[in-house]
Amino acid sequence: MSDHASEPPVLEITGLCLSYYTRAGEVPAVYDFDLTVAKGESVGLVGESGCGKSTVANGVMRYMGHNGDIVGGTIKFKGRDMAEMSEEEIRRVRGKDIAMIYQEPMASLNPSLTIGQQLMEVPIIHEGVNKAEAFQRAYDMLSAVHIPDPKRLMISYPHQVSGGQQQRVVIAMALLSRPALLLLDEPTTALDVTVEAGIVELIAELSRETGSSLLYISHNLGLMLEVCDRICVMYSGEVVEEGTIDSIFSWPKHPYTQGLFGCIPLPHADKNARPLVSIKGQLPLPHERPEGCNFGPRCGFFEQGQCDKGLIPMEGVHTDDDPAHRVRCRRWEGIDVTEAVRVDEVREPIEVGETVLEVADMRKYYKVRDRSLAALVSGGAVREVKANESISFRAGEGETVAIVGESGCGKSTFAKVLMGLETATDGEVTLDGTDLGGIPVNKRTAAQLSSLQMVFQNPNDTLNPSHSVGYQIGRVIKRFGIERDSVKRKDRVYELLDTVKLPRAFMTRKPRQLSGGQKQRVGIARAFAGNPKTVIADEPISALDVSVAAAVTELLMDIQREHRTTLLFISHDLSAVRYLSDRVVVMYLGQIMERGSTGQIFAPPYHPYTEALLSAVPIADPEVERRRIVLEGSLPSPLDPPKGCPFSTRCPRKLGEICDNEAPPLQTNADRHVIACHIPLEELREVEPVISIPDRDELHAAQ
Amino acid sequence: MSDVPRMNAVSTPLSRLGASFAGSLRPVFLLRESPVGMIGAGIVLGFVILAIFAEFIAPFDPNATMVPFAYPGAEAPEGGIFLLGTDHLGRDILSRIIFGGQRVLFYATAATVAAYVVGILMGLAAGYFRGYLDEILSFVANVILSFPIMVLYVLIIAKVGASGINIIFAVVFASSPGIMRIVRGVTMDIATRDYIAAAQTRGEGPWYIMLMEILPNARGPLIVDFCLRMGYTTITIGALGFLGLGLPPPDPDWGGMITETRAFVSGGFPHMAILPACAVSLLVLGFNLLADGLREVSLKD
Repeated sequence: MSDHASEPPVLEITGLCLSYYTRAGEVPAVYDFDLTVAKGESVGLVGESGCGKSTVANGVMRYMGHNGDIVGGTIKFKGRDMAEMSEEEIRRVRGKDIAMIYQEPMASLNPSLTIGQQLMEVPIIHEGVNKAEAFQRAYDMLSAVHIPDPKRLMISYPHQVSGGQQQRVVIAMALLSRPALLLLDEPTTALDVTVEAGIVELIAELSRETGSSLLYISHNLGLMLEVCDRICVMYSGEVVEEGTIDSIFSWPKHPYTQGLFGCIPLPHADKNARPLVSIKGQLPLPHERPEGCNFGPRCGFFEQGQCDKGLIPMEGVHTDDDPAHRVRCRRWEGIDVTEAVRVDEVREPIEVGETVLEVADMRKYYKVRDRSLAALVSGGAVREVKANESISFRAGEGETVAIVGESGCGKSTFAKVLMGLETATDGEVTLDGTDLGGIPVNKRTAAQLSSLQMVFQNPNDTLNPSHSVGYQIGRVIKRFGIERDSVKRKDRVYELLDTVKLPRAFMTRKPRQLSGGQKQRVGIARAFAGNPKTVIADEPISALDVSVAAAVTELLMDIQREHRTTLLFISHDLSAVRYLSDRVVVMYLGQIMERGSTGQIFAPPYHPYTEALLSAVPIADPEVERRRIVLEGSLPSPLDPPKGCPFSTRCPRKLGEICDNEAPPLQTNADRHVIACHIPLEELREVEPVISIPDRDELHAAQ
Repeated sequence: MSDVPRMNAVSTPLSRLGASFAGSLRPVFLLRESPVGMIGAGIVLGFVILAIFAEFIAPFDPNATMVPFAYPGAEAPEGGIFLLGTDHLGRDILSRIIFGGQRVLFYATAATVAAYVVGILMGLAAGYFRGYLDEILSFVANVILSFPIMVLYVLIIAKVGASGINIIFAVVFASSPGIMRIVRGVTMDIATRDYIAAAQTRGEGPWYIMLMEILPNARGPLIVDFCLRMGYTTITIGALGFLGLGLPPPDPDWGGMITETRAFVSGGFPHMAILPACAVSLLVLGFNLLADGLREVSLKD
């Protein structure tokens, strides 16, 4: 890292202050920001939404939009102050010396040009090479980012390739100009985990091989661990802690950093014995930041007179293995941050009662009409999409069943069928002894409706922006006839607000006055307002920041514990699933690949897809060892699924033709642990565990 | 004191509708951030005030015949000044413009509101139920929209006769399909939101969902379109008046004023026709600027 001491660092930022100008006046988005990126180094910028990490990237690109401005500090690129560069020079630096990769690959690609044309443009414009040379370079670069069949890709349009491949193309485009600095702003957040694993591996490989420096922005600490040498933790516009990966992950000094770790469902967390610890309160708005330490009001170590005064400078921690570890906390020497996240409270596990919900051989097919003449002539005008194919499982009272799978696996369709927003094509969905599968929502009785409610994914979509919080919760109580009297109904709404830990004043608030986590709490209150027996939670925390997600997860489980509700937790996040569910159903392309108890799913024998899924999830713990399996290819189209096993096109353990042509048998490993695979169980049992967790107590003893 | 939160918490649909109407006024308060919008609002408000207080502001009886062919600024025999002159029958043009504005504003508002009620109901139904209902309604709308609009107006009014209520009828017939298309598009978008699924899964009926869950969230584009459409309707009423299909004489009507006096424009009395034409332009300009301003502030959010 420091081999290039004679050369100036690629990027040197000192005392950077960035502001936006809005209706509320000047809003300081980032202030007193220092960062040095040496040649070939990869630095991570981690923080929750609104902490200013993307603003830093935009500041480096000197692109602050029409209402933003650089108010103070300097940004030196290769030793030159960027403020002294002319517009023309900055334009040349952008794209050639500094390249940026954004979250949405489709937003960076021009939909009306072929991928080849867009890639070739880079060397043609920046280096003036001829077309043949540009073609060769573009072709080589596509091979370098491991795109199969680059020739075909060169003449494809962006919409013709999958999201993961699009992001690979964007990365190839950024690297074509051989930039000295690559800015990556949440490059994998929009992708599925198995695809993400491939991209992250690629980024880590490229940073080792090309010598480009990386500034990697993400909210995901697990990803940082895989890509970066050093990280900066940001909170509310400032860096609160920086240091090497090892130093930060092993000995975090700032209460916020430690708080973040406490919020992540790491493999050793457990909903009963070792619950998540959320950070209380919420991120202050930029114009409402407190005096002194921004984290003060949320910090367990807050001390009056010390933490609430003046600007708090970064201080060196000087641990043995990282002299550059710095922290922005006045009390770091006197406190033991690990105390904040150690909870000795051990909760009783919920006893699972009788079966409440039973799904037997449920199918949902959509008809897709092809209105082209060719289809009419050949008679294939109506084709079927098998969104759900023979889904079977059961859930008991008080039990949490997770349905896991990547986008397009049919898990949301399944939720819609349960709720009656769609009707099942075949099979039974029995809730409390009645088959609901074929009954659409407008034909269900109030009792059937109220016993099955849903928590939705997108906090911005879950509440009607035109109605107050109180009205929306009260309406449910009214509809289900729980309280007819309007005064009592109001009291009930107040109780529900208490239950989800929101102030009663929120009664009259409109959704736009609430943060994402608060909206999700209202969504939970609304789902539980009718005293449901079963609640379906469709990715309830995937759109939330880690600290908020932890609080919402805990809340959901507290209410479940209290009401003995059956919870169907639909998610793509295996860490969260491992943490909170009792049983897991793994879906792929509309079919169940494996189902069993959480312990059974997370240990061999695995279904090969479960194995790949497990290995793809980044874990923010350097002690945990994980076997890497990167899946090739992309999800097949549901219109044209593989004839045999749905996973056969991507399976790393594929046996041969039998997988392509024959549907896999359901093999029962143990009580209610079923794997749909051609590979004999004995062979699957011999697979090594994907994740090996060192013994925690041993670890503590070693420290 | 304790009544206030109760109102908001659990209240009747009617008071909810009232509250969401108050919420829909929010962009109007934000209008001060748009100078263009403020000018538009000023012009429209000016005409509204003139219309409301026409009796007190107008210097003369709009139908009284006094001195024919007086130029602007001429003195009236019974005292006072004809600020904008008189027409060929000796009626004060300023007073006629003021009273004419009253009628134009009344009928433009009534017609546009009526068109909105019809258009919104059709659009909600088409966008929410979809299927055959949507195909039928959309087909009807397309047929109506494919007609040259002025020919359509002339046909309708010539058939049913010229009167205020028939103008409203004609405007509803011709503009509700356009409104329906806007509402249908917005409805289709909003119907996919999670809060609509939440309403369905608590057993709400389709009309509750359409009117209480979808419509309030569609108000943004509708308010802007409403202002624009007020301008179109003003032009329509003027044009119908000009063709002699407007409000029956002798009551003042801007279009009618132009057509009655257009023969004298080349005879040395252009003010008789030009001044009411200016009134039409100014009011339409006011509505358009207001719509632009509302669009601007709504985009800022």
